[in-house]
This record gives sequence, structure tokens and C-alpha cells, in this order.
Amino acid sequence: MGLRTPFSKVHGLGSAHEGTEHFWRQRLTAVSNIPLILFLIVLVAMLAGKPHGEVIATLSSPLVAVVLLLALLSVLYHMRLGMQAVIEDYIHHELLKVGLLMLNVFYPLAIGLISAFAILKLAFGA
Amino acid sequence: MANDSIRAKRPLSPHLTIHKPIPTMVMSIFHRITGMGLYFGTLLLAWWLMAAASGPAYFDWVNGFFGSWFGILLLIGFSWALIHHMLGGIRHLIWDTGVWMEKHNSTRLAWATIIGSLALTLVVWLAGIALR
Repeated sequence: MGLRTPFSKVHGLGSAHEGTEHFWRQRLTAVSNIPLILFLIVLVAMLAGKPHGEVIATLSSPLVAVVLLLALLSVLYHMRLGMQAVIEDYIHHELLKVGLLMLNVFYPLAIGLISAFAILKLAFGA
Repeated sequence: MANDSIRAKRPLSPHLTIHKPIPTMVMSIFHRITGMGLYFGTLLLAWWLMAAASGPAYFDWVNGFFGSWFGILLLIGFSWALIHHMLGGIRHLIWDTGVWMEKHNSTRLAWATIIGSLALTLVVWLAGIALR
């Protein structure tokens, strides 16, 4: 029984109206992060301390550039979800919470745009 | 109002100070802290990529920073946090399938996470040095 309407029950989205979407995307990007981060670790370990010419030659190769862009997408989305959970758990002041939730959208976007711009600039050989 | 004073004293997370630390709890905290560290660590990645795109002079300067003792310390911390968070995440993915959630198994997984992350970080750095 209960007071939920049949419409609400058939949607199965719960009181936040989002269902398990946050959880699902967290896990989806967690799984995609694994191979992408392993690639990133190997890449950075190989390029650490190398001269500029060698680094941009590697970063501008199509495969490296595309996988790096994918890694950024997956990682930045994952970390936005994670930080959102942290803010919602620990910040109990309503206005501060909303402000931080907004910043939590802007920051990954900024990091993503800056990084993607750099990767594409190198990839297109400017 | 009595109701208000009860509400005001309602305990809110984090409850770090009132529980005895056990391995699974400590690894849960580490997972959050490393996640938050990595969140801001992406700044370093964006900075490095931007430096590479900016030209040799600036890139050399940034390379010099990452090669300094402070830069290396930062990168050791970054790589450990990354590996630790990944192992912690794999632990969660295992739990998502409904296995190894018993007390002794989850404690074993917690120890595997910290020992594994320290060992793998060492391996990555040794391999990185060997590659030079």
C-alpha cells in the first residue's frame, strides 16, 4: 500500500525523481576510468622528464589524443558525481551547498575545456 | 520549541570522532580523501597539457617544477591517490556484485587495497625510472 500514486510507482524514481541515475553513472564512469587511467599512468610515466619535442610528438598522435580526450570525459564526469556526493553529505548550510554544487559543475567543465583545447591544438599541429 | 532543540542537536555526518577506526572504515575515508585530492589534482594534468601546447620554453619551466623535489613529492602523492582510489573503486565494483561483503572478507579487501596501492605505486615509479 502506501500513499504513492500508481504513476510514481511505475516510474520507480523515488523521492528525488532521479532513480538510480547518479549511482549508475558513477559506476559506468568508474568502469570506463579503469582502462583509461591505466593508459594515462603509462603515458605520463613514459613522458616524464622528456624534452618538449618528444612529448608533443607523442601527445599529437591521433590514438593518444583520442584516448586522452575519452579519459578526460570519463574522469571529469566521474569526479563531478563524486564531489557532488561529498558536498551533499557534509555541507549543511543551504546557500553554501548550492553555491558549491554550482562550482562543482563549472570546475570540471573548465578543466575539461582547457585540457581538450591543449590536446586538440597539439593534435592539429598548431 | 522542544522539537527545534532536538533537531538542532541531531547528529550529522561526519561521525569520525565517535567510532573506533577499523580497516574498512579507514579505507572508506581514504577513498573519499583520495577522490577529493584527485579532483584538484586534475589541475596539474590540465596545466601540464597546456604547457605542452604553449611551447618549449614554458614547457621546460613546468617540467623543471615537476622534476623538483616538491614536484616529485606531489606526483608520488598524486600517483598513489590515483592507484588507491582505483583499487578502492574496484573493491566497490566487487561488492556491487554482492560478493565478499562478510566481515572477514571485507576486512581482507580493505587491507588488500592499502597494501596493493602502496606496492603498485612503488612498481610504477620503479618502472618509470627504469624507462629513462
